[in-house]
Amino acid sequence: MNRRAAVLVVNGLLVGLAVIALFPLLWMVSVSFMPTGAASTLPPPLLPAAPTLANYRELFGRVGMGRYLLNSLVISTAITLGSLALNLMAGYAFSKLQFVGRERLFKALIGALVIPSQVAMMPLFLLLKNLGLINTYGGVIVPALAGIFGIYLVRQYAQSIPDELLEAARVDGAGELLIFTRIVLPLLKPIVITLAIFTFLGSWNDFMWPLIVLTDQGLQTLPVALASLSREHVQDNELMMAGSVVTVLPVLALFLALQRHYIDGLLLGSVKG
Amino acid sequence: MAGWKRPLRVRARLEDSKPLSGLIDRRRLLAGAGAAWVAAGLGARIAQADDATVAGTKSARPVQLRCWFMGHEAEFVAPLLPEFERRNPGITVAIQQVPWTAAHEKLLTAFAADGLPDLCNLGNTWIPEFAALNALEPLDAYIAASQVVAPLDYFPGIWDTNRMDGAVLGIPWYVDTRLLFYRRDLLAQAGFDHPPSTWNEWARMLAAVKTNAGPGRYATLLPLNEFPPLLALALQQAEPLLRDGGRRGNFSNDGFRRTLSFYVEMFRRGWAPMLTYSQIPNPWAEFGRGFFTFYISGPWNIEEFQHRLPAELSHAWTTAPLPGPDGPGASSAGGTSLVIFRFARHKDAVWRLIEYLSEPATQIRFHQLTGDLPPRRSAWRDPQLSANEYAKAFREQLERVKPTPKVPEWENIVNQMQEMAAQVVAGRFSVDAGTQELDRRVDATLEKRRWMLDRRHTV
Amino acid sequence: MNARLAAWGFVIPAVAIIAVFFLLPVMGALALSFTDFDLYALADLRNLRFVGLHNYERLLETALFWQALGNTLYFVAVGVPLSIGMSLGAALLLNSSVTRATAFFRTALFAPVVTTLVAVAVIWRYLFHTRYGLVNYALGMAHVAPVDWLGNPHWAMPTIILFAVWKNFGYNMVIFMAGLQAIPRELYEAARIDGASGWRQFLHVTVPMLGPTLSLVAILTMAGYFQLFAEPYVMTEGGPLQSTLSVLYFMFNEGFKWWNLGAASAVAFLLFAPIFLVTAVLLRLARSREVA
Repeated sequence: MNRRAAVLVVNGLLVGLAVIALFPLLWMVSVSFMPTGAASTLPPPLLPAAPTLANYRELFGRVGMGRYLLNSLVISTAITLGSLALNLMAGYAFSKLQFVGRERLFKALIGALVIPSQVAMMPLFLLLKNLGLINTYGGVIVPALAGIFGIYLVRQYAQSIPDELLEAARVDGAGELLIFTRIVLPLLKPIVITLAIFTFLGSWNDFMWPLIVLTDQGLQTLPVALASLSREHVQDNELMMAGSVVTVLPVLALFLALQRHYIDGLLLGSVKG
Repeated sequence: MAGWKRPLRVRARLEDSKPLSGLIDRRRLLAGAGAAWVAAGLGARIAQADDATVAGTKSARPVQLRCWFMGHEAEFVAPLLPEFERRNPGITVAIQQVPWTAAHEKLLTAFAADGLPDLCNLGNTWIPEFAALNALEPLDAYIAASQVVAPLDYFPGIWDTNRMDGAVLGIPWYVDTRLLFYRRDLLAQAGFDHPPSTWNEWARMLAAVKTNAGPGRYATLLPLNEFPPLLALALQQAEPLLRDGGRRGNFSNDGFRRTLSFYVEMFRRGWAPMLTYSQIPNPWAEFGRGFFTFYISGPWNIEEFQHRLPAELSHAWTTAPLPGPDGPGASSAGGTSLVIFRFARHKDAVWRLIEYLSEPATQIRFHQLTGDLPPRRSAWRDPQLSANEYAKAFREQLERVKPTPKVPEWENIVNQMQEMAAQVVAGRFSVDAGTQELDRRVDATLEKRRWMLDRRHTV
Repeated sequence: MNARLAAWGFVIPAVAIIAVFFLLPVMGALALSFTDFDLYALADLRNLRFVGLHNYERLLETALFWQALGNTLYFVAVGVPLSIGMSLGAALLLNSSVTRATAFFRTALFAPVVTTLVAVAVIWRYLFHTRYGLVNYALGMAHVAPVDWLGNPHWAMPTIILFAVWKNFGYNMVIFMAGLQAIPRELYEAARIDGASGWRQFLHVTVPMLGPTLSLVAILTMAGYFQLFAEPYVMTEGGPLQSTLSVLYFMFNEGFKWWNLGAASAVAFLLFAPIFLVTAVLLRLARSREVA
């Protein structure tokens, strides 16, 4: 196939794929600006004839989306910060600090990656109930404070830190904590950013666990609130789309701003490490 | 599914999911809870704030009641509360609204987490479940001492749903049952001037209406993932749905098989489309455009149809009691009851709220706000209700309602019933094989109950 | 500071959280699965019975469980190859030398991955609406009869598969891109000199070199697809006629709708077992191929 044709075909296919990938998202935005009932007409409209902010007003007014947005923000931020701290320390330790059973413990953790998290859900619920954490932010945050995959990523990345650097610092009399904060963390910066994005995205989009733990409507996160809204309001599609926009926009923006780091991190975790 | 009560999606008003209406009590507003909350649009509640200053300092410590209301009733309870709080200074009420689609799960999760509220309007088919959990406070003592709650004033079938093992566990708040809504103009076009009173008559009408309607339109709508219509028809049979004191399924007996056969026939003959509820986002519009003529539904649709149908159709439809196998039939004894949960702290205060909401005058006011039907005969004497032509059929039907089996597993069983019915309609099972399989599954579901009952006898 | 003490200090918080909030509950689930913990037991622990393998036996006799398992296997069997195929195809396109605006395309194709599943499920549900959806409208313009995507038991699962593939293919695409870029150019040169066509180059250079990446992607995708839950929960509620009920959804119903925690835990382990087995087998295969 000659070059000209190749260019056309390849780019044409890519354009087609991009349209398939992006169309639902763009249409979601478009419908969110349509007045109620406008989307349920034939032929289905692509663009709003009379764009309006009514759905968003409704969303933040009567439906109280602001509250859910706040919940998602608080929970996701708390999980990100907390788990960053714990995973970074543990990942570094598994890589550079010596202690008995280090390798075996790490292998065991990796092995546990196979277990789907849903297996633990019900007893975890009972456990949290006894700790009084059901229906609180803590019930969602605490179990997410450490993750095996996060520890694995950090460890892999930390392997590249030269041992001599750490030894020199020790010889100079620096304590382990100081070494960690002053020397290691700056070197780990790329993985810190990646892990932060991963964690934030993951917890923002998490659905099943917050659905189970947060029974109080006022505490729900955006995905849970959106799911319950969509099951009730089979008619108000325009409102649902506005809700979807509000749910998706923050993470999409975050992704667009930091996609380099995100994708780098993806590769780090999956291609041989 | 949406449980026994109306599926919330039918109402589809945005108020249904207003979270900020929950847990806002006026004292805190007065104490300056902050512009943010006020700005969130608390509407009626804020307007009443002025009245609250009248609330005296009679009782030493203000008691706050935590109440959950299922469905959109929560917003319509709010306007009723200032009067209650005025009469009972020292008691404030905080409401949280719970949509029906999530209510069952939320209540059970709350029970598991020791987080149940003080009061809620529990669907009466769930009372056996919560009784088995020992979560409900028996109310007999309160009733005996009460001037307001008079058991004999309530529809007997409805009152009975609240009785478990000799104790009364809830006070009916509003009633729900299912009967026929129908387009009398379309029925007239098919050659009938009165609603059916027996199944045979109804079958003839369905056939005639379908012939008249032609392809693409139907005689009736029976969403395949909703159990209330099938349940109502099943309750019309003399045979109970469970046998042996609720220990085993009784679906393969003649009664239910007859009902199921009738139900399946409606699809086979094309009288009803094979659709689920979510495939009909707007049943009112479809009713208006004659997509179907008969519709088995509940009291809330009186209001809905009046609001949503165009003016020229306002006299084109009306209601009628359900036809039964051999004459006017029974229907399901639904509705919600006000219950006090066991671990509520101020039970006397909660009872006072129940009494207030059970006064005929309050019930009438509530009916005016919501269209929900009162469970007390005296409230029905109110001219507004007695003159309502659509409500007449309900008044008649309410004297002929039967409760569902009072077992905790009922919610699970009725869902299995509908799942199997849909399978039979789709041709995956015959009526005989399907009901036998259903009994097998129900027996398995009830196994624990059998064990518990047997143990209680030997202990 | 004692180096070893410090090491433990660094490790223990994370490991403790994992142990208490993950591993302990997993063992608890195993224990629960041997009891008939349900609402009655929730009310009063004396109503709890130890039932040994009864939950597992009962489950294996429950038609709905097999249906859920069948649905899930259908989803995995069709969805995984489709997803991997699309990802690989997209990666090849992006990696080709004639592509323009690679960065833009990569971002565009990856965007669905980061979106919230619930939010886009709502969109898809509407796009595939029988009467008002754009998909049927487009089909109508091509004179194809409208399809009842989410209401017809035969079409509901394919629709969900399509949705899952759309949502996820960007993820594996990026991984494949990295894998493709790691293949040395000389190999392609050598093949071209030997007279191999594009297709043969693909077969004999690309595929073998991508082997480890392919295995990894297949394993991860398969393990993930077995855990299907949110899509049917939002789009079809497990219907129509339980044709989109997945094992996890079934477990959710048993556990959090009906509170049969004992039975639900048994379901969880019955789900976990095939995932574990398939993963182990695939890993073994991948490793042996590497050695060879």
